[in-house]
Amino acid sequence: MTEKTLRLDPGIADPDGFYNALVDCYRDLDERQVGLLNARLILLLANQIGDQALLGEALQRAREGI
Amino acid sequence: MGSYINPVYPYRRPPELDRASTMRHPVVIVGAGPVGLTAALDLALRGQQVIVLDEDNTVSVGSRAICWAQRTLEIWDRLGVAQRMLDKGVLWDTGKLYVGERLIYQFQMQSQAHQRFPAFINLQQYYVEQYLVERCADFPAIDLRWKNKLVGIEQDGDEVRLKIETPDGVYGLAAQYVIAADGVRSPVRSMMGLSFDGQVFNDRFLIADVRMTAEFPSERWFWFDPPFHRGQSVLLHRQADEVFRIDFQLGPNADPDVEKQLDRVTPRLKAMLGERQFDYEWVSVYSFSCRCMESFNHGRVFFAGDAAHVVSPFGARGGNSGVQDADNLVWKLDLVLRNQAPSALLETYSQERVPAAREHIHHSTRSTDFITPRNDASRVLRDAVLSLAADYPFARALINSGRLSQASRYEATPLATADERAWSGGAAPGAPAPDGPLGNRWLFDGAGERFRLLAFEAKVAGEPGLETIAIGKDDDHTGVLWQRYDAQPGTVYLLRPDRHVAARWRRYDAQAVRTALRRAMAA
Repeated sequence: MTEKTLRLDPGIADPDGFYNALVDCYRDLDERQVGLLNARLILLLANQIGDQALLGEALQRAREGI
Repeated sequence: MGSYINPVYPYRRPPELDRASTMRHPVVIVGAGPVGLTAALDLALRGQQVIVLDEDNTVSVGSRAICWAQRTLEIWDRLGVAQRMLDKGVLWDTGKLYVGERLIYQFQMQSQAHQRFPAFINLQQYYVEQYLVERCADFPAIDLRWKNKLVGIEQDGDEVRLKIETPDGVYGLAAQYVIAADGVRSPVRSMMGLSFDGQVFNDRFLIADVRMTAEFPSERWFWFDPPFHRGQSVLLHRQADEVFRIDFQLGPNADPDVEKQLDRVTPRLKAMLGERQFDYEWVSVYSFSCRCMESFNHGRVFFAGDAAHVVSPFGARGGNSGVQDADNLVWKLDLVLRNQAPSALLETYSQERVPAAREHIHHSTRSTDFITPRNDASRVLRDAVLSLAADYPFARALINSGRLSQASRYEATPLATADERAWSGGAAPGAPAPDGPLGNRWLFDGAGERFRLLAFEAKVAGEPGLETIAIGKDDDHTGVLWQRYDAQPGTVYLLRPDRHVAARWRRYDAQAVRTALRRAMAA
């Protein structure tokens, strides 16, 4: 059984398109709303991933960069 | 304010005031609350003499614990007092969760099928204590001493010496063992100079217990951000006598002295209840902390219940874990007092119950962090969960309005014998042993304070000190019991007196049973 690790090679099918969609998503929102949107997005994506080890690794890598 | 009339129990002049006693009592319990009284009854049932000291002469006043879990009812059933609690209490096993005005989801604590006791009953603590006190009267071995206040305690390797103040003066008692069940401010803990560390939470909550006629079903209702109390949470519970517990989150800046004034409370209740008439039973403002002693054993003194550990009220983990403390300790004390087990067995009380308490604190802290987010980031995250939960089932699992108390598993206990092979379920060593239907009765019907062997169509030899319960396929036409124990023909379980699993086997082996039994007694 192979241990799952976080995917770090390019995985987004349309990088420019996705980035653009994300920026669009924030349009006309104030700071509080952006925060809420980000949190909702994290939760939706986290549910898609599901795996606790992968999520833990993502949390760690996100935090390391700050 | 309240409709319940507190009984007044008689103070009797202790004999030691007139003639100093040189007797060493086996067990003295400090505190006649739910935990101390449960311990006293259990000791008496096992044939031990016990003195219970209480500085007051009545049961608890006002709003305290209300939710009593299935495991607690099973313990009280063994002590012969569960039926009264059930008759008076409000049975429930459904929780509903609202965000704003919307019912987001409801949960069932357990399937109602083939359960002897409900997941919970709600019953005011004063009734619980009253019924336990009245049950104590059935046992001459219990010497319940009201208006007996502990003012001094010291111990050496042989005994604990207590100094007790009464209306007639001070006297001394010597005991082999002391159970300190004297509450969150535990005078025993203070007198022994022991620390009680943990985390203090700033949020304040308003409790209003009100009597009213309402059509609400017997369910736990929890609101985040309801229209009648914007930005905060509210909890509603039905108790006996048509009393409702309503718990309003007030935030960290609320002034308790102001908020408990009825002219502040009434508008809050009216906003929630509309034009319903209600009478007050109790109003108070509280905040809470989560604390746990490093060890519950200190020489010959054992700490139990709130004296040893406290949690937030979310999850009904205070009173229930205290009763389980008593359940865990008493059979061990009994065996050691009878010289049937070494005193090392007593060490396992703290070894098993400290992790249980820490687990309760862990759950309770998580609930608290969800209900009262500690910073803006966690508030945003919490609000994101709530906003998603309305539309998407996945987010409902993230809502934490209190994970409700269940019997503890003693995962790392030295008393358990590890499985030799993989099981596909059932009750693992250390886990609480489930009840279930057996013929036209229940597996745990009737007294049973000893070690037991459950034999699922297994031929077993008798063993001294061990009671065997044979369970045939025909005895369990529902199949529920077999399933709860992941049983196959030949399966054997060894249960401790507190109905936790000590060991289990697919095939009976007398020698293995003897070894596991010795291990379960720390011998």
